[in-house]
Amino acid sequence: VENVRLLDRLSSRRAVVGTLYLTATHVIFVENGSETRKETWVLHSQISSIEKQATTATGCPLLIRCKNFQVIQLVIPQERDCHDVYISLIRLARPVKYEELYCFSFNPKLDKEEREQGWKLVDLHEEYIRMGVPNSYWQISDVNRDYGVCDSYPTEVYVPKSATAHIIVGSSKFRSRRRFPALSYYCKGNNASICRSSQPLSGFSARCLEDEQMLQAIRKANPGSDFIYVVDTRPKLNAMANRAAGKGYENEDNYSNIKFQFIGIENIHVMRNSLQKMLEVCELKSPSMSDFLWGLENSGWLKHIKAIMDAGIFIAKAVAEEGVSVLVHCSDGWDRTAQVCSVASLLLDPYYRTMKGFMVLIEKDWVSFGHKFNHRYGNLDGDPKEISPVIDQFIECVWQLMEQLPCAFEFNERFLIHIQHHIYSCQFGNFLCNSQKERRELKIKERTYSLWAHLWKNRADYLNPLYRADHSQTQGTLHPQIAPCNFLYKFWSGMYNRFEKGLHPRQSVTDYLMAVKEETQQLEEELEVLQERLANLQKSQSGNNKIKSKQQDRSKQFGLYTSNNSLANTPQEYSNDLKSFPSRSPSQGDEDSALILTQDNLKSSDPDLSANSDQESGVEDLSCRSPSGGGCLPSEDSGKDSDEAVFLAG
Amino acid sequence: LLRSSQPLTGPNRRRCREDEKLLGTILDEGERGFIIDTRSAQAAKQARMGGGGTEPKSSYPQWRRLHRALERGRPLQESFARLVEACSEPSPSMERWLGRLESSRWLGHVKAALSTACLAAQCLDREGSKVLVHGGEGTDTTLLVTALAQLILEPSCRTLQGFQELLEREWIEAGHPFHLRCARSASSHARGKQEAPLFLLFLDCVWQLSRQFPLSLEFGERLLLTLFDNAYASAYGTFLCNSEKERSLCKVKESTHSLWAWLNQPEERHKYLNPLYSPNPLVIWPSVEPQSIQLWQGLFLRWIRPSQHLDEAWEEIQRLVGGI
Repeated sequence: VENVRLLDRLSSRRAVVGTLYLTATHVIFVENGSETRKETWVLHSQISSIEKQATTATGCPLLIRCKNFQVIQLVIPQERDCHDVYISLIRLARPVKYEELYCFSFNPKLDKEEREQGWKLVDLHEEYIRMGVPNSYWQISDVNRDYGVCDSYPTEVYVPKSATAHIIVGSSKFRSRRRFPALSYYCKGNNASICRSSQPLSGFSARCLEDEQMLQAIRKANPGSDFIYVVDTRPKLNAMANRAAGKGYENEDNYSNIKFQFIGIENIHVMRNSLQKMLEVCELKSPSMSDFLWGLENSGWLKHIKAIMDAGIFIAKAVAEEGVSVLVHCSDGWDRTAQVCSVASLLLDPYYRTMKGFMVLIEKDWVSFGHKFNHRYGNLDGDPKEISPVIDQFIECVWQLMEQLPCAFEFNERFLIHIQHHIYSCQFGNFLCNSQKERRELKIKERTYSLWAHLWKNRADYLNPLYRADHSQTQGTLHPQIAPCNFLYKFWSGMYNRFEKGLHPRQSVTDYLMAVKEETQQLEEELEVLQERLANLQKSQSGNNKIKSKQQDRSKQFGLYTSNNSLANTPQEYSNDLKSFPSRSPSQGDEDSALILTQDNLKSSDPDLSANSDQESGVEDLSCRSPSGGGCLPSEDSGKDSDEAVFLAG
Repeated sequence: LLRSSQPLTGPNRRRCREDEKLLGTILDEGERGFIIDTRSAQAAKQARMGGGGTEPKSSYPQWRRLHRALERGRPLQESFARLVEACSEPSPSMERWLGRLESSRWLGHVKAALSTACLAAQCLDREGSKVLVHGGEGTDTTLLVTALAQLILEPSCRTLQGFQELLEREWIEAGHPFHLRCARSASSHARGKQEAPLFLLFLDCVWQLSRQFPLSLEFGERLLLTLFDNAYASAYGTFLCNSEKERSLCKVKESTHSLWAWLNQPEERHKYLNPLYSPNPLVIWPSVEPQSIQLWQGLFLRWIRPSQHLDEAWEEIQRLVGGI
């Protein structure tokens, strides 16, 4: 469709005209005219909702909201075309079969061997060995080898030594969805563990010997403690209400040596609504500070984040400080349980704060334990009531931790954002379906590629320059502040206003420091070489031979890091009175704030390709890749003011 | 960029040829200028009853007047007090925290100040127009706007030296009444009528700039905190009294030491530098969207939030950068 306008949330004057394309996998908007021909690509999988708004004099508005929080406002001249686009997108964004998803057609031009290697990058079996199991207290059970006991669990589960197959099967019959207690994290240092399950089918008075034995077995697997905590992550009222449906929670009278605890994290429906409200705040046009803070408070979002974090902290403390094992469950044990177990593991074990370790963590507590990716993130068209930002909340917990403890994580914010992006993008096969069983049936590993391999290949982009393995912050258990610390939770504009680059700091400290680190390393290497050379020369020559020391032009040699400030700055609309101001809005910043992915770039499929924060900032991206293959996109600013200096890398 | 106080138009719409001539000479033939009045249009109108007022269009035809209401005086002090109160209460619930933050309105004032400064900067930089800024007295919000505008526009103001000169010029010599404004701070109950944290608001805005452009200011948060401390209680005479006249009468220069002299000593100076600084010759335009304006934790939570992890991060940054 031609002559479509792409609007900007913050600046009503700022609209670009172009052509809209619909392909089998993407929606593409290509800007007219200018040499740059900026392109906006959106995967159908990313589309969360499409809204057709009332036709105005200028055309028919269409609003596309994406799961990665990108919001695209189009105005299509003809009503008929708009309707066609709308209907098409509705169908395209709601695939019925897995085969319609992008991961089955995505081709990064790797051979079969490479694809296989990619999938092997994260090996859970190795991970459990690293943790220290199996050992004298824990064993691998293959009771679920054909998914016969629990179809949402993996084939291999780790259970206490004293848990026989009989006990496991019996316990599974007493648990919602048959999700019996299994090992999530084992702490080598003190034998304490984190186990996870679903709620017991206890109703008001039902009991199950095998389930009680299961919990005993968990306790016995930790000789250092004579009780275990059983943590129910639901609000007490909800858990009690479940009893009427024949489910519920563990009665301390029936289970010997347990200490029961409610943590009170709300359910998926509350979370879905909370996010919805927060996104509405993000869509406000020119909100005042009050509108924003009021809206943020009203959504309750940060309160929920804190609740998840507090639960993780409680469990980590129980394991690390008290040396007590914890059994965690919610209702079905695949949402809040996953969040809380992975936060706790992250706090306890520095390995999960490395890049590789984080991938392993997600693979373990989310993928292998049957988190319902398809239902929660809408791979396929399904029940809207199943949709909920569960893993998004976990990812945000990690970000909040990163903000409080800047030296503790090997990876940076961009890593988290890209992972979130790809959970929804269905470009890779890791997050398809609802269980390991379904993924094996679909032969995901033979037909799609692994995100982890892709991220690992580009890991240089995801490093945190402040991370040092030997730093005190990276060692051992993390101790984030608990209370009073409501103020420490910030609104994550990097995620929820991701595509409005102008809203974020215009200069990236992370990228600057990474460049500095790289440069330092190069210089040190060069220094070594020179020193060696000098030593050799001094040996071989004597007397009045001149030793030529090469003058290294640092800037040319090492691509000396310099600031490219020209692209940083465009003013916002500070005034409506000054109509002559050609200002851009921060949502666009200096270049298109939307996702830019071209055919070339699909190979590397980096969702943030040209949208490096570097181009927006005063920082030169030495490996700047623009969609048109040329140099970095010029800003309106540098065109207008030719006296603004443009620094280029040497 | 010019600053003044309000014209004494009064209820009888007095005129002053000299003032009109002065403003006239600033502009070239046919050129238009902007007057940014830091009071609301209504407040400015009401000021006439007290003998003040605004520049009437008829007498100042080449100047276009824009009103941007910036809070000052008692309401600003209340805002500050409420924020400090909210920060020091160990509130168990997230809602109450956000609610208190919102009702203090402090961040709204930061947003307004930055917006107005950006507006002034835009007039100068984008329109190439001259700008006159004034409020009522010309000693509070006026200076806030002119000082911030210069930071935005002028790279030399972002150097450590230049920033000190900016403070000296736009706050101290320009006559901000420090003695009256910075007497008691937030938690004192004896609230003087003249008490108002304009200077703190300015420092907060500077901090917002440093957060959005972390590589573009030669100085760091530590300097801002030191300035805040010294404005209220100081071993140095720099922020004493209310004007150059008073300082002269009190013989401040003869009987006290200058804060700048102390700060600029080599063994002190390096502590205030920003290791990430990289001279940026361009104008820096901040975003004033609510998401971009954050609570200055380093100041408001200074004694509440444990800074160990952030200090370590800062050390790591210095180690990385200092390594070259």
